[in-house]
Amino acid sequence: MAGDILVVAEHSDGAVKRPSLEALTCAAGLAGSLGGSVTALVAGPGAADAASACGAHGAAKVLTLDVDVADTNAWAAAVAGVATEASPALVLFSHTARGKDLAPRVAGKLDRPLASDCTELSVDGGAVVARRPVYAGKALVNVSASGTLLATLRPNAVPATENAAAGETSAADVKAPEKGLGAVLAEIVAAASEKIELTEAAVVVSGGRGLKEAANFNLVEDLAAALGGAVGASRAVVDAGWRPHTEQVGQTGKTVSPNLYIAIAISGAIQHLAGMRTSNYIVAINKDPEAPIFKVADYGIVGDAFEVVPRLTEAVKAAAAAG
Amino acid sequence: MNIVVCIKRVPATDTRIKVGADGTSIDETQVESIISPYDEFAVEAALQLKEAAGAGEVTVVSLGPAETTKELRTCLAMGADKAVLLKDGDAAKRDAQTTAAALAACISGLNADLVLCGKQAVDRDQGQVGTLLAAKLGLPCVTEIKKLEVADGKATVERAGDGGTTETWNVTLPAVLTTTKGLNEPRYAGLKGIMAAKKKPIEEVDAALDDAHITVKSLELPPPRREGRIIGEGPDAVDELMRLLREEAKVL
Ligand SMILES: Cc1cc2nc3c(=O)[nH]c(=O)nc-3n(C[C@H](O)[C@H](O)[C@H](O)COP(=O)(O)OP(=O)(O)OC[C@H]3O[C@@H](n4cnc5c(N)ncnc54)[C@H](O)[C@@H]3O)c2cc1C
Ligand SMILES: Nc1ncnc2c1ncn2[C@@H]1O[C@H](COP(=O)(O)O)[C@@H](O)[C@H]1O
Repeated sequence: MAGDILVVAEHSDGAVKRPSLEALTCAAGLAGSLGGSVTALVAGPGAADAASACGAHGAAKVLTLDVDVADTNAWAAAVAGVATEASPALVLFSHTARGKDLAPRVAGKLDRPLASDCTELSVDGGAVVARRPVYAGKALVNVSASGTLLATLRPNAVPATENAAAGETSAADVKAPEKGLGAVLAEIVAAASEKIELTEAAVVVSGGRGLKEAANFNLVEDLAAALGGAVGASRAVVDAGWRPHTEQVGQTGKTVSPNLYIAIAISGAIQHLAGMRTSNYIVAINKDPEAPIFKVADYGIVGDAFEVVPRLTEAVKAAAAAG
Repeated sequence: MNIVVCIKRVPATDTRIKVGADGTSIDETQVESIISPYDEFAVEAALQLKEAAGAGEVTVVSLGPAETTKELRTCLAMGADKAVLLKDGDAAKRDAQTTAAALAACISGLNADLVLCGKQAVDRDQGQVGTLLAAKLGLPCVTEIKKLEVADGKATVERAGDGGTTETWNVTLPAVLTTTKGLNEPRYAGLKGIMAAKKKPIEEVDAALDDAHITVKSLELPPPRREGRIIGEGPDAVDELMRLLREEAKVL
């Protein structure tokens, strides 16, 4: 129906991911204004177990899709199949590793526009308006479409809150989706240890060239571990080969928007700021009081990272131990 | 092998953005332009494949204003063989679908074995033209590849999956692949390349453009961040930081 919203919810073994709970919360608010309801689409093993969390966050209905989620193209075909039947106002994804790969595929199949990496969605005159950063967050655009709009929601942009709805589960009646289309997933190699996805983390601790050598990143890793956060890096450090490309924060790396961003020995070049300036709180530790990072830091400490960071890590651990 | 690379002319990454007179796009006066950084990885990948095979042709395609010949010339100087400019003065403002359709109309006539795009153009940051192009051409697509090998009409690519995993995909060519950082180190165009590029062809044609699929209602600057604040010096400032994180920011 015209005011309805489909939310593609990601989960692992039935545990719905936080960015998806945020998308559901956002959708529930919009559906209220549009006079429609929210349907969550879940796929993959354990999909049925994801239903109650979807319901608790505002989904009136939960459709399970019987597809192989490793095959993004098949998954996209299934979502497109449901969307064609439902002709909703909005199909919402999270701007996660999977979501940003999946959403353009669905857009291609439906030939409908996609507003990617939105930080806010609202309703104006009965239509969904998507607000999204452009030019690496140096500007924002507000976009809308007539008819179904697709959007991906940036993690941490909208807090997840409970908003109980029926959460009635049924299996989606989608035609057997096309197979692979020439691209077949051959292998997935797990990381040495399960990592918190940088773009989804609530806390990010990043290190820069001021740390002098790769081995000193243990300072960053220890603080990140104490805070339960993810590790990021400046481009200088990635280009030097100290850290993998997947950890680069900035205009040509990842855009992060955590609750807390800690920049250690990073100068704060415009391209780095582009990737983290929308973080809720920014802490900077740098020995140069003139470093541009201090212009955006809510809490700046002028000092030597090798002295300040270990003390901070101890303090965080002590606070955690004290409960 | 025929390889087509899509590149976009975008403002340099250190550009200060001002809102243009129309209120829906940026003021482009005095803005330096560059090849969108992710597209450079695509150009480099194409050149490396051609060099490894010792044969083939690399064609660079861009939908852009007439001035885009500057960026296309750079690609030719890096080693691409020819370029096609689909002329569109408003290319920066086109939505992803319109752009993909215009590119598809051109590329479908180029007999490509492989089409490479950047993962994202760093102006509108849409991150979808490559995937939409693949859909329009009816080709398989793998996004954000960080490793690429081609043999016997097949590509083997790696991309970062969820939670630090690495996925390996086997792709039947022709296909569209989008590139990300880590794939390679784009070369600089040397003097020899720059001289050679002067003799290489840039074909200019009017772009085939459909109506917009999405409307930009307004473009605005983000609200300014709270003023930065230095709370202290050296390790002794840690206690105050902990207090602020707990009591003011409430993030601990
Ligand atoms: C097209 C383009 C794209 C780019 N994309 C990105 C991007 O995505 N991400 C990115 O990060 N950069 C990017 N850059 C690079 C960017 O311009 C900077 O060069 C880079 O961010 C600098 O990294 P840094 O802050 O680690 O190093 P530096 O600028 O060298 O800063 C090191 C800092 O460490 C401090 N320091 C030194 N010793 C200590 C100590 N003992 N304790 C505390 N502080 C110390 C110094 O005071 C200094 O401020 C890009 C550049 C271009 C041209
Ligand atoms: N106007 C354009 N001309 C040529 N290629 C483009 C254009 N716009 C986007 N692309 C390609 O599509 C990729 C993704 O762009 P986007 O979806 O706009 O972020 C870019 O990295 C380019 O490879």
